[in-house]
Amino acid sequence: MSRIQDVFAALQARGGKALIPYITAGDPAPQYTVGLMHALVAGGADIIELGVPFSDPMADGPTIQLACERALVHNTSLWQVIDFVAEFRKTNTTTPIVLMGYLNPIEARGLESFAAKAQAAGVDGVLIVDLSVEEAPAMLPTLRAHGLDCIFLLAPTSSADRVAAVAREASGYLYYVSLKGVTGAATLDIASVTEKLTQIRQHTKLPIAVGFGIRDAQSAANVGRVADGVIVGSALVQQIEQNQLAPERLPALLTDQLAAMRGALNALK
Amino acid sequence: MIYENLPDARGHFGPYGGRFVAETLMEPLRELEIAYNKLKGDPAFCAELDRDLALYVGRPSPLYPAERLTKNWGGAQIYLKREDLNHTGAHKINNTIGQALLAKHLGKTRIIAETGAGQHGVASATIAARLGLKCVVYMGADDVERQSPNVYRMKLLGAEVVPVHSGTKTLKDALNEALRDWVTNVDDTFYVIGTVAGPHPYPMLVRDFNAVVGREVLQQSQQMLGRLPDALVACVGGGSNAIGLFYPFIPHDSVKMYGVEAGGDGIATGRHAAPLSAGKPGVLHGNRTYIMADENGQIQGTHSISAGLDYPGVGPEHAWLKDIGRVNYTSITDDEALAAFYECTRTEGIIPALESAHAIAYAKKLSREMKRDDVIVVNLSGRGDKDIFTIAKRDGIQLL
Repeated sequence: MSRIQDVFAALQARGGKALIPYITAGDPAPQYTVGLMHALVAGGADIIELGVPFSDPMADGPTIQLACERALVHNTSLWQVIDFVAEFRKTNTTTPIVLMGYLNPIEARGLESFAAKAQAAGVDGVLIVDLSVEEAPAMLPTLRAHGLDCIFLLAPTSSADRVAAVAREASGYLYYVSLKGVTGAATLDIASVTEKLTQIRQHTKLPIAVGFGIRDAQSAANVGRVADGVIVGSALVQQIEQNQLAPERLPALLTDQLAAMRGALNALK
Repeated sequence: MIYENLPDARGHFGPYGGRFVAETLMEPLRELEIAYNKLKGDPAFCAELDRDLALYVGRPSPLYPAERLTKNWGGAQIYLKREDLNHTGAHKINNTIGQALLAKHLGKTRIIAETGAGQHGVASATIAARLGLKCVVYMGADDVERQSPNVYRMKLLGAEVVPVHSGTKTLKDALNEALRDWVTNVDDTFYVIGTVAGPHPYPMLVRDFNAVVGREVLQQSQQMLGRLPDALVACVGGGSNAIGLFYPFIPHDSVKMYGVEAGGDGIATGRHAAPLSAGKPGVLHGNRTYIMADENGQIQGTHSISAGLDYPGVGPEHAWLKDIGRVNYTSITDDEALAAFYECTRTEGIIPALESAHAIAYAKKLSREMKRDDVIVVNLSGRGDKDIFTIAKRDGIQLL
């Protein structure tokens, strides 16, 4: 069993919901990333999605675009991001880490060496935003051979046959994009999310985490009622943006922000 | 493999092309592909397109024997395909008309577009006005500054121009922002991509709509010369005018083809926009192709005097044509393009777009390596009126 499967199995056994925060590696500067990852765990993170900065993040809204730009000012590279994970693993061997980003930085370094390095550092899964399930088959065997779960997105526009195709290739969990839009977009419609999750569950037993449009304890609880996991990104990244000039305050701020959502999810039981 | 049948069913040209976008856009792209495949064989749709190309754009555009350039250069005979004479002054309208008609048939009420120099933005705003569609154009904030006449032109035509402040504030960032708009407003919005890049089916359909250029040259050269030309030359940014000219000639092996990228300050300086000449394969804006990226895979800023060529990627079909050796890709520097701009203007009385001036500059070199009775067709993809401010500034002249 992978670390990701372990987490969901344990949560399901006690009726809990996964809390999955996202931050962009290297934001506000590379030396803070590992500390912020530990702060997220302290706030109740079950899994961490660590963003690999890219110059052209076409699926992201302004908040995460700016996070990428801040990280790239310091030339935060894919190899550095993997080093952050290795550093994190020195004191945390249980919290799964998913690298989330775009295909080109991975291809530029070569898929095989990426997968090998990621595995050695203790990375658990990979979510490549612009790698559709149609284009993925050439790459999935390499990722799987290195014990990396391949996490895919599903969206409100995904047809039944696409859901089935994605469910066949995915492992770890599925990331359901709650709305038509980019990261950091307005509010999600819980009724339509519920309806779509029901459809998706007809095709898969994989846990489904929902992201986009979750900003606080209330929206986390609303989604937690219908999903297996709740992903929160832009709201945390905004906190980093607002406090980028006082980065020493960030660990405590992120821990508190996440703890509020953790509390709301725990209260669902 | 029969080359003309590319892309394959999944949008691939050999290893290039494909559909690399976030999940939300996958289904809309499939719907677009199905609709296009149905409409392209539909007599009513084709008749509507042909009628607009004839009566609104003014096609066919002439194939003009540039006798004075030919005499000056002393080599092969130079013919110019006069896309500059189209309505809105460039080949761009061939594509925007086709895509806007698709939008109308799909019941979309709003079109969006990205633009660099503003030519595709103007062509999109034009056809939106003509068809009564709402139009939003994304343009890098730096380009908005540099290309203010075209910004005003788009506004006159009723379009909303949105400056993009992210990234390098140029064309690639405008494309990102247009994709973000589309993913948000996919129900009522059609994304009119301006070049043969982007996810499948865009490289295919933009090529098909521009291929009218090459089809006309096939016919015109038979009528005027009684044979095919010996060489074709076109500038390549994203590569839509070039593929439009080249595509119908691909099966005709006797015709050599040359794609001319923007060499900027020179390939060796790194300040250029020539991914085919100096880049390597990667994934950008929804397709796999040659791109300019650093060792970490971050997309690099580009440089060219011509905003229309200032793009770090190139259409995936060009990547394939390069690899199989059917088209020769080369580059021309800013200075060489400028010299060709002046020479064409003063020798033929035709002010070419700076983009097209790259093709003219290369044709000059090529003509001297060919025989005097050989024929070179240069795609004069657009007129240079939009560039007079750039030229004047370089000459130290303040206009207006």
